Amino acid sequence: MNGPVRSVAEILAAHPDRGREHLIPLLQEVQEAQGFVSREAVAELGAHLGLPSSRIYGVATFYNQFRFQPLGRYHVQVCRGTACHVKGSQGVFQAIKRYLQLEAGQTARDGLFSLEVVACLGACGLAPLICVNGEFHGGVDADSAVKILRRCRREAESA
Amino acid sequence: MTSRTIPTALDPARARELRREAVDVPVILIGTGTCGLGAGAGAVLEAVRTLPAVQRRGARIVEVGCIGLCALEPMLDVQLPGRARLCFGRVDPGKARTVLDAMLGEGAWPELPLFQFPADGLQAWDGVPAIGDHPFFAPQTRLVLRNCGLIDPRSLDEYRARGGYEQWLRVLAQMTPAELCAEVERSGLRGRGGGGFPAGRKWRFAQETAAERKFLVCNADEGDPGAFMDRAVIEGDPHRLVEGMAIAAYAIGASRAYVYIRAEYPLAIANLSVALDQARQAGYLGRDIAGSGVDLDVVVKKGAGAFVCGEETALILSIEGRRGMPRPRPPFPAVSGLFGCPTVINNVETLANLPELVRIGADGFAALGTAGSKGTKVFALSGKVARTGLVEVEMGTSLADVVHAVGGGVPGGKRFKAVQIGGPSGGCIPAAHLDTPVDYESLKELGAMMGSGGLVVMDEDNCMVDVAKFFMDFIQRESCGKCIPCREGTRHMLEILQAITRHPRSEHGHMALERFQGVVNLEDLAGVIKDASLCGLGMTAPNPVLSTLRWFRDEYEAHIFGRRCPAGVCTELLSYRIDAALCNGCSRCLRECPVDAIVGEPRRPHTIIQERCVACGNCVTACHRDAVLVS
Repeated sequence: MNGPVRSVAEILAAHPDRGREHLIPLLQEVQEAQGFVSREAVAELGAHLGLPSSRIYGVATFYNQFRFQPLGRYHVQVCRGTACHVKGSQGVFQAIKRYLQLEAGQTARDGLFSLEVVACLGACGLAPLICVNGEFHGGVDADSAVKILRRCRREAESA
Repeated sequence: MTSRTIPTALDPARARELRREAVDVPVILIGTGTCGLGAGAGAVLEAVRTLPAVQRRGARIVEVGCIGLCALEPMLDVQLPGRARLCFGRVDPGKARTVLDAMLGEGAWPELPLFQFPADGLQAWDGVPAIGDHPFFAPQTRLVLRNCGLIDPRSLDEYRARGGYEQWLRVLAQMTPAELCAEVERSGLRGRGGGGFPAGRKWRFAQETAAERKFLVCNADEGDPGAFMDRAVIEGDPHRLVEGMAIAAYAIGASRAYVYIRAEYPLAIANLSVALDQARQAGYLGRDIAGSGVDLDVVVKKGAGAFVCGEETALILSIEGRRGMPRPRPPFPAVSGLFGCPTVINNVETLANLPELVRIGADGFAALGTAGSKGTKVFALSGKVARTGLVEVEMGTSLADVVHAVGGGVPGGKRFKAVQIGGPSGGCIPAAHLDTPVDYESLKELGAMMGSGGLVVMDEDNCMVDVAKFFMDFIQRESCGKCIPCREGTRHMLEILQAITRHPRSEHGHMALERFQGVVNLEDLAGVIKDASLCGLGMTAPNPVLSTLRWFRDEYEAHIFGRRCPAGVCTELLSYRIDAALCNGCSRCLRECPVDAIVGEPRRPHTIIQERCVACGNCVTACHRDAVLVS
């Protein structure tokens, strides 16, 4: 991440309007700034919007986008869309899971990798597809996907 | 904020320049949509920028959207002064260098370009096919995609040079909202998001409802796995959507419009935001537009990733900051929607059709397509097909034309099996019915539906039970849980499909019975879910299972009674053996086996103990010498 992390208070200060319709955009902004939605952030949001934390969690857990634990340094998204599926993304996903020793939605203990399954990344022409920190890698198979992750690990170790 | 003066019409010479019909320096165009970038357009762009030949000739580099031929991305186009624009496919930095050195210097051509763009006043290249003759583009009719890949999506002037915003200003000056609704109703335009409801009629309901505030919402929450039409349109030609939204908002009398767009589409959001800023600056949006007294502002709302939010009432609740769970209709959103006000929700493609519809008029639009389905439809063609990409064809074109003529058929000499249309709400269409015309009714008759336009081609290596299971798994996870038939029903259907494909050794208790009753139970459950669900998601959820059952019942029976997967996809139904001649005893498979079913000394051929094997398939992926035989 670049630059200092924006605090929840700073984000809230930029949104003086306290309508309910701002809840999801605020959650998105918090997640964008901090990588995940922490318990503290939910409490602060609740105080700002006048909503109990339970309501906020009710909304946040409904949507796939929100995460409640920090991301790894390399965030790996595996596309499981239809086109990727018929081109063998299940095998890619299994290989990645085995290599990282992670289940979908988890972050490694050392904080290096986190793994997420997404419904569709919307670049079906390049299936099967994985995305590491926002960078797309199209036409992967089990071996080349693991190779990409190995390269990330080497990069982290040499840095 | 007061009314802004609309920019005056572009000077013809300047417009020609913006349309690149007359360029004074070489222009290099690189497709940098999400698919282009995914294929490596970023590296190509970097390489081109630093190329000495490019700097020496003062060539202009333009980033354009996706022209739709994803299979050949990254694409690089070159236009020399006075000559037609040429397109090269599958470019990497090295190839870009040779191509540009040749074209900008004196070098020989390394390989033939894919096609050229013929235009008046530009000298064509000999021996290069025109874009209209290329098999991918020849069968297409491009209304919505007409600018995609040709214009710089971040330039308002390039859109204006191609007639942009003219229709919006004309509508504003010459038509009343009621006339506009009638015109669109007469054109026969139907919602492109899946349902196929006549757009003009929906508008009329909202237009006739008296209310202080009304809203227009553009549904760009393209959640269908296997669909990317909306993303490509917004990335490649965002102003078209803005103009379409302005026309629709005027028709229903809305002064505020929302674009509900997937957060997974960062580039589309960025390009759309730029376009909205430009439109506001130029006075196409804002207060008292062009002195007409009409106000309109457009706000971008990022979706948070819930498939069910494609459903109108759920989408509205999501914008309001609540859980996106559909509510019963009526009242329909056109009467009581966002914040209790009349709201019209249209899909991106529906709205992007409007500028062209107004330009050619209701009769011109209705002349395209079939009796019940007018105009064109954009499809995202993917899966086992040679030329994947974005295709826009006239309604009534046969699926065979889309798959075989445009898509180039199944690669690798494999046999075509089915095409999946309409995403998780749609169905599979087998080879025997591939001559079906693309229109709302014909597809429904075959148990599929138009959906938003994902077309995924499958070949003989795909198992239809596995495909049904894939969609059931998706729907089961995305069901919002409000109504029981959908929440519990889809879950149980998934369990039956899992029982059908489970390894015989992991069967306990009544599982075998459940497997034998599988087909009957699936059909019963599907009927209940269809009849009793609250929203469109539930009502169409069983379609993937029903359509595969209808056309590929033999595959289900092979799984249930024969305990085998004819396509060899369902790993648990396969048996594994190690070829002693190929195995070098590296022990990779032994380490990966979760149940210790593989034994053997290091550097000696290993064996699999069949009684222990749970057929997970890990050994196949672990082996580097392809020594694990699957049958």
